Amino acid sequence: MIQAPDLPGWAAIIVGLLLFAGAAFTLVGTLGLIRLKTFYDRVHAPTLGASLGTVLVATASMICFTVLQTRPVIHELLIILFVTLTTPVTLILLARAALYRDRSEGAAHVPADDE
Amino acid sequence: MRRLFPFPLLAFSLFVMWVLLTGFSPGHVLVAAAVALLLPRVMLPLGWERPKIRFCRAMLTLARIVIADIIRSNIAVGKIVLMRRPDRKSGFIQLPVALRDPYALAVLAIILTATPGTLWVQHDPRRNVILIHVLDLIDEQQWIDLIKHRYERLLLEIFE
Repeated sequence: MIQAPDLPGWAAIIVGLLLFAGAAFTLVGTLGLIRLKTFYDRVHAPTLGASLGTVLVATASMICFTVLQTRPVIHELLIILFVTLTTPVTLILLARAALYRDRSEGAAHVPADDE
Repeated sequence: MRRLFPFPLLAFSLFVMWVLLTGFSPGHVLVAAAVALLLPRVMLPLGWERPKIRFCRAMLTLARIVIADIIRSNIAVGKIVLMRRPDRKSGFIQLPVALRDPYALAVLAIILTATPGTLWVQHDPRRNVILIHVLDLIDEQQWIDLIKHRYERLLLEIFE
């Protein structure tokens, strides 16, 4: 099934490569959730998909629809902007919650609160 | 002007966002202008002070450095995930910061967390120390120098 039969070959190659690279980075990030062992290590892994993964997939979408509609389609920039701004907030909250629990349990591997 | 646009940057961003989302039709440009005029007023009762941002070359330099670092650390963290190195060590770093402006600290938090491999965990406003977690902690001093010289210097230039 061909979704975009009007897409010229050169654009299809660029879009395909960008999509593949973006998906690969996201997949590696997801693998990281399994392969890394501690909670604090695991928090780093999803940022792969949220940073370069998102940028590459959104760029592929921008190129694809700009070529198909022969006018600039750039509202995907907003996706990049908001994913970049909001994912860290969630990750920081998760890390803070984990740190709070580790400290209240007296875990040795986290630095103590000096306040 | 100040009374009309209490937060000019926010108004401008809302305008651009609205136009990008709805396409460039004259009607929607008008609606976008109304949204940009009215919506930033919501911020006034919240009592946030206006960010003091200096538009300068440092912004472009910072954007370039952050983009390059995000690409580089994506590859670095990808390598860590795919090829488990037995000697890799992760850990926390206490980092004293000279930044005081809450907006500048927020930008630093987002930069550090959006970059794979570093995670902002806590900011202690009394001692002005931030706590970050690093996935590949080889040399603690190297990370401290990197953050202080690469990001903090430019953020100080932009915000203070």
